[in-house]
Amino acid sequence: MSSAQQVLSLQTSMAAGRARRPRWYFRLQGSDTAWAIAFVIPYAAVFAAFVAYPVVFGLWMGSRPALYSLLFSDPRYVDTLINTLLFVCIGVNVKMFLAFLVSGFFMQRRWWVRSLLVVFLLPWALPALSVFLSIHYMLVSQWGLLDTLWTAVTGADGPLFLVSRGTAMAANIVAYIWKWLPFWTLIFLGARMAIPREIYEAAAIDGATSIQQTIHVTFPLMANVYLVATLLSTLWTLGDFPTVYFVSSGAPARTTDVLATYGFHQAFNFGHPELGAAAMMSALPLVIPIVILLIRRLHRIGVQL
Amino acid sequence: MTGRPANETVMSRVAARDRSARRRYRHGWRLAGGIAAAAVGVVLLIWTLLPVYNMVLIALDDEGQEFTGSLWPTDPSLESFRVIWTQDHWYLEHFWHQFGNSIFLGLATMMLTVVIGSLASFAIGRMRLRRGQLIGDAALLTYMLPTAILIIPFVHIMHVYGLSDSLWAVIAAYVAFATPYAVLILHQYGKLVPMELDECARIDGASPVQIYLRIYLPLMTPALVAVGVYALLLAWNDYLYQFMLLSSTRNMTVAAAIDQFFDSDEAPWNYMMAVALVYSLPPIAIYFALRRFMSFDRVHT
Repeated sequence: MSSAQQVLSLQTSMAAGRARRPRWYFRLQGSDTAWAIAFVIPYAAVFAAFVAYPVVFGLWMGSRPALYSLLFSDPRYVDTLINTLLFVCIGVNVKMFLAFLVSGFFMQRRWWVRSLLVVFLLPWALPALSVFLSIHYMLVSQWGLLDTLWTAVTGADGPLFLVSRGTAMAANIVAYIWKWLPFWTLIFLGARMAIPREIYEAAAIDGATSIQQTIHVTFPLMANVYLVATLLSTLWTLGDFPTVYFVSSGAPARTTDVLATYGFHQAFNFGHPELGAAAMMSALPLVIPIVILLIRRLHRIGVQL
Repeated sequence: MTGRPANETVMSRVAARDRSARRRYRHGWRLAGGIAAAAVGVVLLIWTLLPVYNMVLIALDDEGQEFTGSLWPTDPSLESFRVIWTQDHWYLEHFWHQFGNSIFLGLATMMLTVVIGSLASFAIGRMRLRRGQLIGDAALLTYMLPTAILIIPFVHIMHVYGLSDSLWAVIAAYVAFATPYAVLILHQYGKLVPMELDECARIDGASPVQIYLRIYLPLMTPALVAVGVYALLLAWNDYLYQFMLLSSTRNMTVAAAIDQFFDSDEAPWNYMMAVALVYSLPPIAIYFALRRFMSFDRVHT
């Protein structure tokens, strides 16, 4: 469960792999090499059969250019692209910035703040299925909890969230932030803890206010983690399926689909698996540059360490 | 000479007033800070618990189709939980069997991930297999992959492998997605275990298998637990692969079965929320049991 450190440890594991050439304490002898290869074979087999083959097969399924002209002739596909961009750009960035702020809140040493952290991390432990269904029911009807709350506070009937595309998309994004904010808060909390106290003390002696300390001390020192976390989260969010599938479930009238749910419906509900694969592959122009950027960034951090 | 002490007392009185004013000022700020922190805390608490509270609220309602439209359970009843316990609804006929499937899926994913991941990280980290870095690169790339976009080719490939409607297809998918993390984390943690231990064992004539079993695995236990829990929760919390790869009621997991609920219009929401709550209990239990292993606790102490 040290996943809180996963981003950080990823950096260092790459670092050690690249920066320091393994010294050969002694050469692997014949039978030992055989053992080492035998130890790697299960992983290599799983990778080849269940990662590499599906990736290649998916690329092949979505490789006919005709599929893409077919996709672009579907107005819903264009909507889907816009939705995906909105979902990823707003969702990831707002979530990361909130996680940065909230991690600052959880740095306090009050006892109740520590207990609150335990509760605050709950969305991360809960299955996406359960919580997104619950959020769907909060939104879907005029008897939902949100509507009841709205009426209790304002006295008027609440908005019907899943009737207009704007509010439905907003609901998806808020639900997504709700689910994933705790995890990234934990990552940033770890990064904040790693900043030596002495730097803050020095800044305080120089008369820096706490806001100045955040801007001139915390943020520069966390910039690397922040960037790596944002890129990684962007990759994962591009393939996010359960949020939209459950929260708005495409309502109203399939206008709030993202690439994952659109491809899914094309493949399994409308019986066009190739079109579905092509739709999901159309995330690649965004995925590949981010992967390259991320790997280069990790290498650079690795060299620095 | 005589004016001096008077002057000094004036000075000290001014200084004292100044100090107390500053203390009051600081005290005021601290109070304001405390109130602001409390306000943020309340907002975070409501924000976090609202969807969870909604689950409980609907699950405790015994009507199901209609909501009472109130903020608290007006007539709380445990009827939905009784229905789940006795499988007293046609959607829930195989609930406990499916719950068992979910547990089997989670445990099998956990075991295979730990075994395959630790073997691979032992070979590349401790035995220093030539070109072992390729494995690390493959793991990193897989780790970055948004897994949902592989579902369409995956369903086809499972037909090719003859694994359609089999729990093993889902296990294979999750093991493939969880082992990269295992390799990365174990490789990382393995650097903390001194290499000299392996060398000594080698000089004493231990085989690689003996080193793996007697030295590597025991010393790596904390990291193995972390990786195992990660795999278990991945298998428990994912939804898409289970419901796409499993089609018969007997082979379904709870996550796959809930989709039938979701698709149907007359599905009783209170049963569905009760199922969602019951399904959330194991990860919550693991979360609280293993809080010690999680970094934030270590960070705070």
